[in-house]
Amino acid sequence: MARLPGMAKGLGVTFKTMMRTLFPDGMKNPIPRPSAGAQTVQYPHEKEAPVTRARGVIALHEENCTACMLCARECPDWCIYIEGHKTLAPPRRAGGKPRQVNTLDRFDIDFSLCMFCGICVEVCPFEALFWTPEYEFSELRIADLLHDKERLGEWMHTVPDFEEYEAGSEAKVKKVPR
Amino acid sequence: MMGMDVLAADLAYWQETLIKVGIGLAAVLLPAGTIVYLYLFKMMSFMQSRLGPMEAGPYGSLQLLAEVGKWIQKEDIFPSRADRFVFAAAPFVVLMSTFLLVLVLPAGPDAVFVDLNVGIYFALAVSSISVIGILMAGWSSANKYSLLGGLRAAGQLIAYELPLILAVVGVVIQAGTMNMQGIVLAQADGEIFGWGGLGNPYIFTQFVGFIIFMIAVQAELTQPPFDMPIAESELISGYLTEYSGIRFLLFFIGEFATSGVFSAVAATLFLGGWYVPGIDSSSDIFNVIGPLILFGKMMLVAFFIYWFRFTYPRFREDQLQRLALKFLIPLSLANIVSTGVLKVVF
Repeated sequence: MARLPGMAKGLGVTFKTMMRTLFPDGMKNPIPRPSAGAQTVQYPHEKEAPVTRARGVIALHEENCTACMLCARECPDWCIYIEGHKTLAPPRRAGGKPRQVNTLDRFDIDFSLCMFCGICVEVCPFEALFWTPEYEFSELRIADLLHDKERLGEWMHTVPDFEEYEAGSEAKVKKVPR
Repeated sequence: MMGMDVLAADLAYWQETLIKVGIGLAAVLLPAGTIVYLYLFKMMSFMQSRLGPMEAGPYGSLQLLAEVGKWIQKEDIFPSRADRFVFAAAPFVVLMSTFLLVLVLPAGPDAVFVDLNVGIYFALAVSSISVIGILMAGWSSANKYSLLGGLRAAGQLIAYELPLILAVVGVVIQAGTMNMQGIVLAQADGEIFGWGGLGNPYIFTQFVGFIIFMIAVQAELTQPPFDMPIAESELISGYLTEYSGIRFLLFFIGEFATSGVFSAVAATLFLGGWYVPGIDSSSDIFNVIGPLILFGKMMLVAFFIYWFRFTYPRFREDQLQRLALKFLIPLSLANIVSTGVLKVVF
């Protein structure tokens, strides 16, 4: 018997939620409009904008990558495949020695293995990997989830700018290479 | 159901039977479909602030057809160690008890399949056949979870049959008849302490009985908060575990059709059945509008069943048995005694 007020309250909660979903304008405008009252959106027809720093997919800025392999080594599920070769670049100053640089041949991320931990983005010392909030990259074949460096580069234009740090911060806000 | 006696004179037996079977199917399946769409799909979604099915047909109204089509296409799997005959027959036993319940439900002065003198007794008796079907399903699945679910269901259904029947006894005492038609007419012609403006829907004079009846019906349907037998999180749906395809569909239809039929029984016993105040109860028009009135009252009762279903979490097994045996049965016995005393006094 002591539980009855709580049980009545529970019934009230569900009923009120139903009325709020059916009549979002309240009883002054008693036309059922559940599409406006529901908290959910009908996904393929309407989409919610993800938050700016959402971790959707990883983008690669190829020019910054030196094939240093740090990301591939730190990746917990070894889903990054990197191949490169050494080439000679022209010297910085006239009369100098030609520099030896790494050239990227292959940079693949297998998103069927990736668990989106973001360690590769963290460890990259040359600002070559970025999170983007894009999340619609499902494929019919699982092999298509292996994104090569062109595909990863296409995500770059969706990378949002870093947000300003709070006032008085010593560190400078990083720039996203465009 | 409508005008059965009028038609029966001109038709051969097989034609009459065919019509009766068709109407019986419609009388069970249409309310079940309406309840599943309106309440299970839509109302539950609104109570959780979401939209529910929206893609199949306008506002998802054809979702149920899609679901039925999906289930019919699926493979009908038998576990290798299952008792094949019992396993195959169980859903039909459950569904049969639902269809038998409809037989005695009056939807108008002449619109009734069988006008039994012991109508409500028959209804309560056939409703307990479903226990056998559920036990058959639990036993024949060759699965520990199914067996546990089946036994829990048997314990619960038998425990709650007592308050269900005892709650009806109050109505029977007050109406002075077990005939469902007679109960409707007794409500139509009755008076509440000398005032007969509304007739006497027994929800007013048998309010305690109505509450007990609704709680017991909720438990008989094994719906939340009484869904211990098919607890999906601990018993992986109990006796339904091994069923797939069309046999699962039969159990599913059985559950929701029974909720509709029990709502109709409750509407007949406590809300006045096919009668509405203001029209003479012997009027022929009730053969036409009676089914619609009964349907409306049934949906009203079903609303409460589903509202409770979507609000409360599951009872523990001991709480569930304690509610039935220590609270509902003594309360319904007290209700019977007081009803009997008042019947003699007034």
